Amino acid sequence: MSTTLTPKPKLSLDNPELRQWKAELSNSSATATPGLFSAAFLQETIAMTRRLFIQLQRRPSTLVAGVIQPVMWLILFGALFQNVPQGLFGESQNYGQFLGAGIIVFTAFGGALNAGLPVMFDREFGFLNRFLVAPLASRYSIVAASAVFIAAMSMVQTAAIIGLSAVLGAGLPDPMGLGLVVLIVLTLVLGVTALSLGLSFALPGHIELIAVIFVTNLPLLFSSTALVPLSFMPQWLRVVASLNPLTYAIEPIRYIYLHPDSWGLTSVVMAAPWGDVKMGDALAILLGFCLISLALIQPLLRRRIA
Amino acid sequence: MPPAVLVEGLQKRYGDVDAVKDVSFTIEAGEIFGLLGPNGAGKTTTIRCLCTLSTPDAGRVEINGRSVLNNPALARQQLGYIAQEVALDKVLTGRELLQLQAALYHMPAKVARDRIQQMIELLELTAWADKKSGIYSGGLKKRLDLALGLLHQPDVLVLDEPTVGLDIETRSAVWQFLRQLKAAGTTVLLTSHYLEEVDALSDRVAIIDQGKVIAAGTPSDLKSRVGGDRITLRIREFTPDDEADQAKDLLQTLPCVEEAIVNDAQGNSINLVVTAQSDALMTVQQALKETGLPMFGISQSRPSLDDVYLAATGRTLMDAEIAAAGSRDLKAERKQAMKGA
Repeated sequence: MSTTLTPKPKLSLDNPELRQWKAELSNSSATATPGLFSAAFLQETIAMTRRLFIQLQRRPSTLVAGVIQPVMWLILFGALFQNVPQGLFGESQNYGQFLGAGIIVFTAFGGALNAGLPVMFDREFGFLNRFLVAPLASRYSIVAASAVFIAAMSMVQTAAIIGLSAVLGAGLPDPMGLGLVVLIVLTLVLGVTALSLGLSFALPGHIELIAVIFVTNLPLLFSSTALVPLSFMPQWLRVVASLNPLTYAIEPIRYIYLHPDSWGLTSVVMAAPWGDVKMGDALAILLGFCLISLALIQPLLRRRIA
Repeated sequence: MPPAVLVEGLQKRYGDVDAVKDVSFTIEAGEIFGLLGPNGAGKTTTIRCLCTLSTPDAGRVEINGRSVLNNPALARQQLGYIAQEVALDKVLTGRELLQLQAALYHMPAKVARDRIQQMIELLELTAWADKKSGIYSGGLKKRLDLALGLLHQPDVLVLDEPTVGLDIETRSAVWQFLRQLKAAGTTVLLTSHYLEEVDALSDRVAIIDQGKVIAAGTPSDLKSRVGGDRITLRIREFTPDDEADQAKDLLQTLPCVEEAIVNDAQGNSINLVVTAQSDALMTVQQALKETGLPMFGISQSRPSLDDVYLAATGRTLMDAEIAAAGSRDLKAERKQAMKGA
């Protein structure tokens, strides 16, 4: 391998085409940041997303583990509570049917919660500086790329869980219902990915980020309706679970599963301590959570000159 | 025409550390400008403020007459930044990394394709471009890093310690490449704590110490401003303290000797500042012979940038390095730098 560069009598560093493009750029609007919804934003987001997919393609173990894990949850948890008397879990015919919605949401949540880790490693290795010194249309492209990637992973995982649940006797939602399940998962993923990326900008290093993920992940699972219904919980936990955003993703999906042909935006999907929550309310709360997360991290993205 | 880079009264604190207290310099278009100073002097912080990675606490930072703080997008388009440590995604190939970089600068597809090919050929990466960067040698990585930093044809290329940790061949290749860049009209700002590097490459230099510029000018100006010639004398390969002191006391009395110190970092060699262009070398040899002291070696030279640093700070760059190495908490600094603004 040659380590010296052959001297070039005439260095062809200049690229007239590039120079012309740059001149046009600075004549037009280079001083104004293009912002969201611009072609530039789309271009940088696609490029960052492509990087994540190339990584996945060359290191597929995350995807394999990502599918195996929820499948094991489903089988092991399902078996654990298999003999629970009927009726304890609301209208569900068996625990497997009850559990499906919880595992779908919890799996998507777990993936999104970890989204900040690769960004944190980029930060620690200095790779993130490439993004930060570049004239990005918006640093939300970093969030968008992670969210698209995690969303795609979650879709594969969700498909696996829905498929296995069907085999295990949980049945299938109707096509419209499936569409809504996908929307719910995507909204949750976007909100949680944003929070995780916010943490990866705010925390000092990956040790701290892993610690936060560690103390967030399982407590949020157990304080949601993923494993047991609200009616099964003590009063205080019922309050906590009704404040937990995961619950507002789980309950609509569960309802869609149980009422494949009769669900609607006005269907009552859960009975919170302060009153009934309709499908539409739950979706609005979920959307609100997502938008608040995105807004919350803005100062962190801007912290180094935006 | 405004200077390519203007930094004036720059200040930046990280927590309770004054990383940069007062740094000012200007770089004219087409120059290679060197920021010289020991580790921890504030070079990297200065560069981070210029490259929009940190927000200065006070001071002006301008590129081509436009404030970096007020026009970060424009500044980013005009700057190329090459960090001290090469950060690559080892799973991606060189070409894929270049494609990512092109998209970050929003190059149109065709421009990007041609430009990437041009940079691959220019930095002689053709055989490696489609292999994962994880298997690259240190020199290859640096070349890819240069290609990435130059991809968008920046007006100003900023390099932080461009040759730290590189083997000698790669180092000279980088030097040569930077000279070619200059010849092609690119303005270059580099930091270094290697004297030879700054001396050999830079048109102008700012010497920076403890967050302040202590001297600035062309290397030859700075050196002639210090004045005098330097004589390094070694009585023995490793001279005992008493002999060194004896020789020092003797030589100090000579009219042509302006200053004499015993340098214990170099085996008690004796460093003399003598009247420039005098026959001091002979006088010193003669005086030494008369006292009967042996001589291992003697050499005379014009002042170096290290002497400029010594004159301004009272210590050599090497001493400053050693002192800094003992007192710095590198881990804490790294964390601070990561936190950014």
